[in-house]
Amino acid sequence: MRKGPTIAVVLIALGASTGPGASADLQDFAAVERGRYLANAADCGSCHTIPGSEHPFSGGRPIETPFGVLAAPNITPDRETGIGSWTNNEFDAAVRRGISRNGARLYPAMPFPYYTRMSREDVADIRAYLNTIAPVHNAVQVNRLPFPFNLRAAMIVWDRLYFTPGEFHDDVSKSKEWNRGAYLAQGPAHCGACHTPKTVLGGDKPSEALRGYMLQGWTAPDITSGQGPLRNWSVDDIAEYLKAGHNKNAAAAGLMGEVVDLSTSKMTDQDTRAIATYLKGVTGMAPGSSATADKADKDVTAAGGAIFQDLCSACHQQDGKGVANMFPNLSEAATTSTQDPATVLRVILQGAQSVATDREPTGPAMPAFGWQLDDAQLAAVASYVRGRFGKNAPAVSADQVRKARAALTARTD
Amino acid sequence: MPWTPFPTSAPDFERPGPWQFFTTDEATAVEAIVDRIIPPDPDTPGGKDAGCAVFIDRQLKGPYGSAAGLYRLGPYTKGTKEQGPQSANTPAELYRKGLAGLDRYCKANNGGKGFTQLSAEQQDGVLKKIEAGEVKFDEVDAQGFFDALLKDVPEGFFSDPIHGGNKNMVGWSMIGFPGIRYDYRDWIHRHNERYPHPPVSIAGRADWTPHKS
Amino acid sequence: MVRKLPAKDVVIVGLGWTGSIMAYELADAGLDVMAIERGPWRNTATDHPPGYAADELRYRIRHELFLRPEQTTFTFRNKMSQTALPIRTWGAFMPPNGVGGGGVHWNAETWRFLPTDFVLRTHLTQRYGAGFLPDDMTIQDWGVTYDDLEPHYDRFEYLCGTSGQAGNVKGQIVEGGNPFEGPRSRHYPNPPQDQPFGATLFAKAARDLGYKPFPQPSGNMSRAYQNPLGVRLGPCTFCGFCEWFGCGNYSKATPQTTILPVLLRKPNFAARDNSEVTRINLDASGKRATGVTFVDTGGNEWEQPADLVILSAYTIFNVQLLLLSGIGKPYDPVGNSGVIGRNFTHQTISDVVSFFDPAKFAFNPFIASGSIGMCIDEFNGDNFDHGPHGFVGGGYMGQVQTNGRPIETAPVPPGTPRWGAQWKKAVKENYQSALKPGTGVHGSMYSYRDVYVDLDPTYKDRFGRPLARMTIDFHDNELKQNAFLTDKFAEIFQAMGARQIVKEYRKGPYDVTKYQTTHLCGGAIMGTDPGTSALNRYLQSWDVPNLFVTGASAFPQNPGYNPTGTVAALAYWAADAIRNRYLKNPGQLINA
Repeated sequence: MRKGPTIAVVLIALGASTGPGASADLQDFAAVERGRYLANAADCGSCHTIPGSEHPFSGGRPIETPFGVLAAPNITPDRETGIGSWTNNEFDAAVRRGISRNGARLYPAMPFPYYTRMSREDVADIRAYLNTIAPVHNAVQVNRLPFPFNLRAAMIVWDRLYFTPGEFHDDVSKSKEWNRGAYLAQGPAHCGACHTPKTVLGGDKPSEALRGYMLQGWTAPDITSGQGPLRNWSVDDIAEYLKAGHNKNAAAAGLMGEVVDLSTSKMTDQDTRAIATYLKGVTGMAPGSSATADKADKDVTAAGGAIFQDLCSACHQQDGKGVANMFPNLSEAATTSTQDPATVLRVILQGAQSVATDREPTGPAMPAFGWQLDDAQLAAVASYVRGRFGKNAPAVSADQVRKARAALTARTD
Repeated sequence: MPWTPFPTSAPDFERPGPWQFFTTDEATAVEAIVDRIIPPDPDTPGGKDAGCAVFIDRQLKGPYGSAAGLYRLGPYTKGTKEQGPQSANTPAELYRKGLAGLDRYCKANNGGKGFTQLSAEQQDGVLKKIEAGEVKFDEVDAQGFFDALLKDVPEGFFSDPIHGGNKNMVGWSMIGFPGIRYDYRDWIHRHNERYPHPPVSIAGRADWTPHKS
Repeated sequence: MVRKLPAKDVVIVGLGWTGSIMAYELADAGLDVMAIERGPWRNTATDHPPGYAADELRYRIRHELFLRPEQTTFTFRNKMSQTALPIRTWGAFMPPNGVGGGGVHWNAETWRFLPTDFVLRTHLTQRYGAGFLPDDMTIQDWGVTYDDLEPHYDRFEYLCGTSGQAGNVKGQIVEGGNPFEGPRSRHYPNPPQDQPFGATLFAKAARDLGYKPFPQPSGNMSRAYQNPLGVRLGPCTFCGFCEWFGCGNYSKATPQTTILPVLLRKPNFAARDNSEVTRINLDASGKRATGVTFVDTGGNEWEQPADLVILSAYTIFNVQLLLLSGIGKPYDPVGNSGVIGRNFTHQTISDVVSFFDPAKFAFNPFIASGSIGMCIDEFNGDNFDHGPHGFVGGGYMGQVQTNGRPIETAPVPPGTPRWGAQWKKAVKENYQSALKPGTGVHGSMYSYRDVYVDLDPTYKDRFGRPLARMTIDFHDNELKQNAFLTDKFAEIFQAMGARQIVKEYRKGPYDVTKYQTTHLCGGAIMGTDPGTSALNRYLQSWDVPNLFVTGASAFPQNPGYNPTGTVAALAYWAADAIRNRYLKNPGQLINA
């Protein structure tokens, strides 16, 4: 149900036992179940399903990349427009090596540099599951990139630079839990696809893994743990966040809200805990050490404090600590501390809907204040919040707000 | 829960500027009236400087003026007082006709002088007669018109400044009402201590803007 | 052309408190549920966030969250001899509209009725004799008892996170609570809200006078809370914009903040907003509902077939829809026959405004919540001997500080002119030092033969359907009751040290322009006899067994409390009966 005169769509739970897989034996059923779990863990639906669509995996969702817009293809078993006629080998090559059925290289919007860490069996199971969903006839024009990025041949070079194929192998010096978490994070869950800084060509900078990046108008924060903005988060905090979308510190919204909704909330508690254990072991930069934070001047801080008192404290409380699992604790929510203020500004300007999950169904929303605060006022409150709660996050200028406002007005999501 | 980016029902801010409903003559009369209903005093401006006439002007131009949303089907019958308003006149029509009636009444009884040309005492005298039901207008009920003023003028004095009245929150400051402040947890226990902080409007307060920016 | 939609197990008319409760319970039982709501969707952050929720003009004065009379209204007269005229703008009550219904903009005063309220006629007749009641008073027993409803009251309070102090837990009187309340199975889920100065003074004076004051039970959170469905609420911040307003920070119990988040996650639930149900359809026998017909904003007419129909609109619209659909025999006050429209009631509210020395008292009236305040219950129901007084009924009374919004709450002492310099000076002087309780005396209104609802012969809605017509006036019993209670209430303010007191008695005739509460009750009442009630004790229609009608329209008379707690408890009670009994053997649950 959306705002306005709408007719709600009744979501029909997709039965894993319908379709071609229905006649398979018990062994296959287990594969389908595993495949369904992995398809969720790999968040396939995030790109391959248009949000709210009644036709999962039928493609067409535009994917913003630094180089232009791609559309995710149809991966239902439709033989003509989907992947129904693909062999398992062809599917495996696409998922784990980024090579399409016709030999062309896939763009890394398809996170094959991560999926390559999955085993052949994992991918076969995903295929087994995809075979059981309803085929949808939907031809998708995938490549919408401008020249020269529309030349897939360029991807050969890209792959050489940034793609290291190969399955994940356990590190025997680490715990079983850590290894499971590392497999998930580096493989299907592809955390680094958003959270690892990229080169100008869009390849990961391996030395800066998970130290934060910027995409689709959101800041994917530094999620390293030893010293990063999440340094006070426990393993349980991180696991709860992934499972519930909320914990005592923060709430997932925007792209991460979507990841929680479609993927991590559907993982087992053991798996979210495993990822948390792994992330806790990834060290990063000390907070605020990457740059000397620009502090807001006294006037700006005073104005920001006044706005905070009048508009923010009713939910986030005077001390910024919020309400556990409802309103983020501004001192511990990573987004407050990010060097780049994109998320903070976006959330203040247009509001944000936190994710609702079975574990935390409330899904409270942050109201928009862009209509109420001008650029200088919004910069003041953002600077105040970052300065007071944000672990040395730099101040925000009115000009940054002006640009963020213009950029958001142009966005449709 | 369903949600879309950006607010769906944020208010519009009324800005100073030309009259939107009143003619210049009507506006002058209304400014005089609102200053009698809420006269200026040394501490607090009167209705005129508080923007009450601007407030009423904007309200009459908007949905209130056209009785939008109210039940407007006939037949229109005069009922008992308990049955509530049954007039076919919208508030906009009531003001238009009421102001014309006031003008005619004043001129007829004061040697051609309209309401604005009377002294404050004379103006009060006219309004008191209307209030007491001693004055009849041709087109509308004079007392009903005055009742509308007694409702609308304080609304202009005390509603959020975004609606055009309560300029600089003078109405709120006069009584110590803090406006849209949403969190008094720090004061609920402070019994018999007057809340000290200045009011806040939906449009904010001066402290929201950095002095040097 | 009417377009037919695929059939559902259940169709629910109106998605307020009871519609949401019913939808959740029946979807939880595995049924395929469709709710149809006349008004729009409403959501905290996009419809009433803290940045503009506190706009008195928009929400309180211009009625933003309420039904527009243009969409539909009803007509009113005091006496059967008068011609009813349409209510063109709301006054005495505020019919809700939109998802969440009145639950969005209520004060969240969350009461239980007294055990004797449910067996009223039996109890009063036993205690005072049949001759004590006025001849034309038509009060009845409910057919359901406090003990039946206790578990369901409890469920609602835990759903809402009600903040309060129990007065009677399993028969043990608990100090600080309401000693007159029926026994509750456990304490409130949350402690009472903090009290402001005025309420504290009131409680002290009341204690000195020998009463037992207690905090008003409140659906505004005294602390962060997670309800049994997993939904969370934040702590109330005393913003003073509760009733008439939407809560900006998720701290008031509403369908949106307690139940809809989980309901919306159910795949077997769907809702249509901005769609008005125009009738309940019956099969050829007239004994079975086949679904409902509704109209969307485009003017398109749709039929929604369903096996079970739950009518959960606002009181008077429940009655109107029954009358328009030809369900049940319309009430005839002359012949005293028929059931639909009978025992219609409202409330008998009055207030005491007291003026204290501005040099000594500052109440900060704006530090408020919908239900912070201290109350006494000595004069409610039959908690006192009515014998000497010659009336029945009563109400709670309290210093409940709901707001200091200056358009609404700027009291001036009697004798002050209505305008001019003296008025301005008096407003300024008294704003901080006057007490004008948001609730005051919350008196009952019992039912009478000549107070009822039927269809208006003249006035129509936008579809050309007759409007509902209410015929209602105060009777001597209620006016006497009110005078007695108001005097008692005033004594407490006197004891608090007020230097001037204004008793605003409720006086007849009933006036549709003067706000009391939105607690219109009755018209489709529950009971034990199909000859005098529309519904059986499970809110099931006597005439059409696959129709259940929720809401205060089921109250045979209105006791001296806010109704929402009981309205919700009845909904849970009826939902339980449907889940545990009706679904196993669909049909009439009571053999009358």
